[in-house]
Amino acid sequence: MNPFLDYLLTSIPLGMTFLFGCTGEILTEKAGHLNLGIPGIMAMGGATGCLALKFLHNTSCPPALIAIISILAAFAGGIAMGAIYSFLTVTLKANQNVTGLAMTTFGVGTTKFIMSGMATDAMQYLYALDYFRFPFAESTNALKYCGIMVYLAIIIALTASFVLTKTRVGLHLRAVGENPATADAVGINVSLYKYTATCIGSGIAALGGLFYIMDYSGSYEAYKRIEELGWLAVALVIFTLWRPHLSIIGSVLFGMLYIAGSRIPTLLGIKLDISATPLLQMLPYAVTIIVLIVTSVRKKRENQPPASLGLPYFREER
Amino acid sequence: MRNRDKQAHEPPFHVVKRDGVPLWKSMTIRVLAVVFGLLLCSILAVFLIDANPVEFITTLFDGAFGSARRLWKFGKDASVLLCIALAITPAFRMRFWNIGAEGQTLIGALASVAVAYYLGDSIPNGALLPLMLLASVAAGAVWGGLPAVFKAKWETNETLFTLMMNYAASGLVAYFLLLWTPSGSSVLGALSVGHLPIVIHEYFLLIAAVLVLTVLIYIYLQYTKQGYEISVVGESENTARYIGIGVSRVIIRTMLVSGAVCGIAGFLIVSALDHSVTTTTVGGMGFTAIMVSWLAKFNPLVMIGTSAFITFLQQGSAQITTNFNIDSAFPDMVVGIVLFFIIGCEFFINYKLAFRKTSKKGGRAK
Amino acid sequence: MDKQVALEMKNVSKYFGSLAANKNVDLTVYRGEILAILGENGCGKTTLMNMIAGIYYPDSGTISVDGQEVVIKSPKDAFRHGIGMIHQHFKLVDLFTAAENIVLGVDDGGRYNIKEVNSRVSEIADRYGFNIDPKKKIYEMSVSEKQTVEILKVLYRGADILILDEPSAVLTPQETDKLFDVLRRMREDGKSILIITHKLHEVLSISDRVAVLRKGEHIATVETAGTGTSELTEMMVGKKVELNIDRPEPENVTARLEIKGLSMTDADGIKVLDNVSFTARSGEILGIAGIAGSGQRELLESIAGLCHPVTGEILYHNPKTGKTEDLRDKDPVAIRELGVRLSFVPEDRLGMGLVGNMDIVDNMMLRSYRRGNSMFVDRKKPGDLAKRIVDELEVATPNTRTPVRRLSGGNVQKVLVGREIAASPTVLMAAYPVRGLDINSSYMIYNLLTEQKKKGVSVVFVGEDLDVLVELCDRIMVICAGRVTAMLDGRNTTKEEIGLYMTKTERDSDENKGKESAQ
Repeated sequence: MNPFLDYLLTSIPLGMTFLFGCTGEILTEKAGHLNLGIPGIMAMGGATGCLALKFLHNTSCPPALIAIISILAAFAGGIAMGAIYSFLTVTLKANQNVTGLAMTTFGVGTTKFIMSGMATDAMQYLYALDYFRFPFAESTNALKYCGIMVYLAIIIALTASFVLTKTRVGLHLRAVGENPATADAVGINVSLYKYTATCIGSGIAALGGLFYIMDYSGSYEAYKRIEELGWLAVALVIFTLWRPHLSIIGSVLFGMLYIAGSRIPTLLGIKLDISATPLLQMLPYAVTIIVLIVTSVRKKRENQPPASLGLPYFREER
Repeated sequence: MRNRDKQAHEPPFHVVKRDGVPLWKSMTIRVLAVVFGLLLCSILAVFLIDANPVEFITTLFDGAFGSARRLWKFGKDASVLLCIALAITPAFRMRFWNIGAEGQTLIGALASVAVAYYLGDSIPNGALLPLMLLASVAAGAVWGGLPAVFKAKWETNETLFTLMMNYAASGLVAYFLLLWTPSGSSVLGALSVGHLPIVIHEYFLLIAAVLVLTVLIYIYLQYTKQGYEISVVGESENTARYIGIGVSRVIIRTMLVSGAVCGIAGFLIVSALDHSVTTTTVGGMGFTAIMVSWLAKFNPLVMIGTSAFITFLQQGSAQITTNFNIDSAFPDMVVGIVLFFIIGCEFFINYKLAFRKTSKKGGRAK
Repeated sequence: MDKQVALEMKNVSKYFGSLAANKNVDLTVYRGEILAILGENGCGKTTLMNMIAGIYYPDSGTISVDGQEVVIKSPKDAFRHGIGMIHQHFKLVDLFTAAENIVLGVDDGGRYNIKEVNSRVSEIADRYGFNIDPKKKIYEMSVSEKQTVEILKVLYRGADILILDEPSAVLTPQETDKLFDVLRRMREDGKSILIITHKLHEVLSISDRVAVLRKGEHIATVETAGTGTSELTEMMVGKKVELNIDRPEPENVTARLEIKGLSMTDADGIKVLDNVSFTARSGEILGIAGIAGSGQRELLESIAGLCHPVTGEILYHNPKTGKTEDLRDKDPVAIRELGVRLSFVPEDRLGMGLVGNMDIVDNMMLRSYRRGNSMFVDRKKPGDLAKRIVDELEVATPNTRTPVRRLSGGNVQKVLVGREIAASPTVLMAAYPVRGLDINSSYMIYNLLTEQKKKGVSVVFVGEDLDVLVELCDRIMVICAGRVTAMLDGRNTTKEEIGLYMTKTERDSDENKGKESAQ
């Protein structure tokens, strides 16, 4: 196969890991909440999804159903984490940064605890790819790279984009993140929107964890890398300026950059020193910083973070 | 119709901000939160690892303080955590959300290792150590100062900027490791030079240094003009303007200090403990330090207590993992759960639920 | 005309703590009329309207709409009864378009279609003669456009009773004329319009009837056609109240601060200071009267070096050296380094003058902490000062290490004024220093200012209570919309005279050019 095509086709699925996390975080941030617990939430999604897989893989359940149940389990895991986060930050008005970081500590730790419990019997049911690479698993061309969750990631991102820009719910959600006092004054239930957006956002982000472990890597060991990928998902939110449809392209780009170290040399037919790999892997963060600086210097209002991001809303204070 | 209206809009209570709670009351609330958190952990322990709650708690204490060796380790871990927490405190007092301590410390550690790696053979230890310290302080200050410059000039979001800088730092470390290990193993063996001398115990000097630093930072924040300016800028930029404080200057200066102290932490990790660097040298302590500082309400002296508390949880529950032969991730779960309780309990310190009186006085305040 | 009652308030009262914001107010509004609610600052106009709009709930009394008694507990309830209020501070999402802001929170069950909203907004705008692009974002809009959006927001929700809180405060005269045309068209459409104002000429030009409020009470409602400026002013300001504030004759009066042709524009491009010139002299109290937001804050902040005017001079005559310095475009530190002893008690006490979370001692240091070459702050002297102020001014506080935000309003102000006076100033500026204070604290502040005057300090006092201004100040400068409209002798003026100058706009002030430069 054409090496560039091969490079691209490997990057697309990897990018979907970021895309899940990014779409989820965009929804949360649009409600005015900076959730730094995304890495932990993604990890937890991987863990709960794998737990479902563990219990189901020996049963007579059809493989596609097993995959769907696992996906739902991951989603539920994410929602549970989102519920803790929103209870602390919305109802108890706790500091969002501190809460988010505690979520990451807890989520990554719990995931490791759950996943290491599977180490002994892991090999019995993984190769999990079999479960997730439908409906085109038999295909011999490019489509075999992509399983159901890749399509799911893109559909969710497009849906999120549609909801945010074209629906009343999206309008209200953006108002809550921009100016909660105004939203409150026109009768929008600010807390309800914050809870819903954070929980659904966390659920979506959680799918990224399951996807990375079970589909992209196909190895239970992969949970160890999720935290790092989760921070990249947070970076992607800034990189794509809080726009889910741009995130689809952005995520593939991040995917390409992430594995550039091993691919670019072969692609260009040059020999790159092995030490260059980390520098290439730094690129997503570096470009995100540049985007952050450029947008703040240009001060274009549409490209700024939601105005109330990180601030708790307390009606009596308005 | 009208009566229904009334009921629909009259919630039984509403939340009001409290204005100062006596110390004993706020401490009671926090202690209760910790107790509830640990209670939940021990219940979880019953289900997950078949440990009874009493066993759970005693192992926790045993693990942290059970022997001289554990005590020293406890002191060491708490000191490193405290050092990083000290570093971010000036920034937090200024309401500058520096969540880049992880990267600032790591880059400091890298700078120390680099100096030792390149100059270690050519100059004596006595000259090498100050050079390492200097390099670390400079590297940390650059890493912390960069986001501050952009914040001061263009209001670039510092939370996201410092977060990204963490990974830029870890990328740089990975790069140099590959450069220094021609085999491509990325494992740099312990350096034979640039060790802090051992006094009394291998961790003694580290612990002492951090305690001295604690007092220094406390004095800096509490008794110097610069510390006073930090508080004014953090409390109200309008007041700062009123008395002619250059807000941009204070932001940049404070972040240079913050980054520099992170650099010191990186230097201490290299020279006193690891004598090497990896991408996980700081291991999330940059984030945990935020909790330490925040829990102590940004007071350096109180941070001795909060860093000790978090280290106690981590080391104590690590003992549980050994005793019960479970995965080493268990401490993170315990710390996470207890933190949730402490974070949540702040609500009851800062706010109170006011139950509506039957009279309709005091509608919604504007 | 066949008058149909739209809204009726009976015996409505509202208390904040022990303070009565409104006392037994009766008010009737008819369909198809414009009713002006007239009164001075703090007379309870806005509180009264907020009760109709669902922001506050009355402590007693009833409100009826179309003859039916109603309960209005939230803005949503108000909308249900066809009532909408346009507040002075706009509540808009900057990032949204006009139409998005207008439709925000409206859920009519149908599918959300911004195109339909756009055309509906345009339709309403056309009907009443608004000029607006529904697709324009709020942050790109001028203040008057934002106000239009707020009005359309209310109309879009089908309001029949509109309340406008000082709508012309943020508008140019031309924009005001336009707005009034629109309001008249709405009246013809059968809507009831309540307009809160303290500008007499506006009342006369637009309203059908006027309701006058004073100190929370409803004085009278009269037909506009049958009344005039002097009658309304009299009802508004009431009889003169004797305060018995001590006012010694100024001694050794010399020019201390000379302001020449100061002009400034705000972020929206509106002129907040327009060619302001005056002289503040040593040994006297210069009062500044004007409706809130007429440029008082910008004027004092320019002198203190906190904001920078576009043109003009701020000249300070140093009594020690005899030199004259231009303070314009200097920051507070630079001003102090010139040897200028300028003290400033800002309007926003806890947001600017003091730091709420710091204790009294640390607040004492705000001005003086830089003193000396040591890198450490000296808390000894500020500590002594704090003790002295607490003792002399009878500040009620547990001790000097109590955070100032825990003190009551009067005590906070004593701390702030005490600190500013302790710096032994040659110029002392105070903005609304007695706002929210009880009688005793207020008198203490008056006495402190008079004492400073006796010491030869040039005191600049920005006030809102005209009774106080005419008894405390030696001269009174009146400003309106950033312009100086009069300089009056404090001993020979009346509240009515000041009140007239406070509401003079550009158009009618041209005739009074002569009077402006009296003094």
